[in-house]
Amino acid sequence: MTKRRIVGLEGSFAIAEAVRMANVDVISAYPITPQTHIVERLAEMIADGELDAEFICVESEHSAMSACVGASAAGARVFTCSASQGLELMHEVLYIPSSMRLPIVAVAANRALSAPLSVWCDHSDVMAIRDIGWIQIFAENNQQAFDLTVCAYRIAEDKEVLFPAMVHMDGFYLSHVTEGVMLPDEEEVAQFIPDYEYPFVLDPDNPVSMGCYGPPFIYPEAKKAQEVDFEKTKPKIQEVWNEFGDTFGRSYSPVEEYQMEDASIALLTMGSSGETAMLAADEMRAEGREVGLVRLRLWRPFPFKEFREAVKDVELLVVLDRALSFGMGGPVCSEVKSALYEKRKELNIVGFIGGLGGRDIPIDGFKYMVNRAVERVKAAEWGEEMGPEMIGVRE
Amino acid sequence: MGKEKIGWKELEIGCVVTEPGSAASYKTGEWRSERPVRDNTKCIKCGICYIYCPDACIREDEEGYFEADLYYCKGCGVCAHECPRGVITMVEEEEEAKEEKEK
Ligand code: SF4
Ligand code: SF4
Repeated sequence: MTKRRIVGLEGSFAIAEAVRMANVDVISAYPITPQTHIVERLAEMIADGELDAEFICVESEHSAMSACVGASAAGARVFTCSASQGLELMHEVLYIPSSMRLPIVAVAANRALSAPLSVWCDHSDVMAIRDIGWIQIFAENNQQAFDLTVCAYRIAEDKEVLFPAMVHMDGFYLSHVTEGVMLPDEEEVAQFIPDYEYPFVLDPDNPVSMGCYGPPFIYPEAKKAQEVDFEKTKPKIQEVWNEFGDTFGRSYSPVEEYQMEDASIALLTMGSSGETAMLAADEMRAEGREVGLVRLRLWRPFPFKEFREAVKDVELLVVLDRALSFGMGGPVCSEVKSALYEKRKELNIVGFIGGLGGRDIPIDGFKYMVNRAVERVKAAEWGEEMGPEMIGVRE
Repeated sequence: MGKEKIGWKELEIGCVVTEPGSAASYKTGEWRSERPVRDNTKCIKCGICYIYCPDACIREDEEGYFEADLYYCKGCGVCAHECPRGVITMVEEEEEAKEEKEK
């Protein structure tokens, strides 16, 4: 007998519910907008006895991640969350669990970086940590924020994975917006993420050393092993998402397609703007245009195969970046180009940068990008450069 | 050292080291460009070199004199600097090797 129910929850509370049902042992986090509600809700759950976990209060995000590393190494199931400057302060420590293979699960409420100071959403903080060896997954709505956090534990703790995983949820767009979320029965979640055993734990009776010194004679071997294992997580991630689908009725893929049947133009998004882009695709379809949408659910490890497959028949790919790599353009666009370079050199790829620091991208914004991309491809035939363009910026 | 031949497939997950105290087998002596050479006729057996060695690689022998274990000695020169009697001289490894050859 399952007791599934739909509850109105903001994204932060949906995450807190997922963490509670995952029955974590240790939480260590430091509040920062727009992630604060997750930490507050979890602290409340512990205080009210709804969750039997240790909450380690710390003075910074650097310490929060350090506490998580220690707890995870001792065999605990761990959670933390952050955003923006907080994630940056955590940055140094983020490399440790991915190299020591500790399955910590974290959530980032994606937010712009200073200056000027902005508490609003973009993906600058995500892009600053894309090379740290964490599995990075994007949620598009609050249901996904819940589901993908539950799945993140199952993925991270799998014996064939053992890498930390971060679920990315757009700050405010999801963290502070209430949506109906289908909550599963706690028992079902407990069965889906069984207790796990780390192959090595800090145990005085069976001493091991973790995070040792790696002189030049061993460091490259360590990195090779890490990279090979990281690549091998891809099929496992899909397997867990399929199994989640079988149990709970909602499954996920590294690359998700919308209206891509016979599409000649594809938009590409990550995160919450995918939902607006879907509406834009619907409207353009109604106008008789062959526009579809591709959403990257998995950002790391990058799903090369699935991505190439998704765009194999399109003639024009329109990429939205919610971050700027100064002097280079949009990081998603440049990665997508490199992913396609070997196989699809003839494909037109036009990148746009938008939605920085919480600036909304309305439906018309996506239509503009598609129209503008078509124009720019034509202009390129006359020799004009197709460099990245920032949209919605006042002259 | 045999461990220098380990391939990436043989490493434990996350480079965990399962053998306690294995750092002892790591030959830090290879870092050395100068080695401490002693003239024990001047030594007063005060043990200051022993106390100050940051690598803790100096041992006391049966007669109460001190000697660096060159498997670990990194050649930092702290012992030579601290010795109140000027017992210890730092000698270039290459010169030392030459002298040994000549012997
Ligand atoms: S040179 Fe440095 S490491 Fe070597 S014995 Fe002297 S103090 Fe110790
Ligand atoms: S510090 Fe100098 S005098 Fe004292 S024990 Fe060492 S070598 Fe001898």
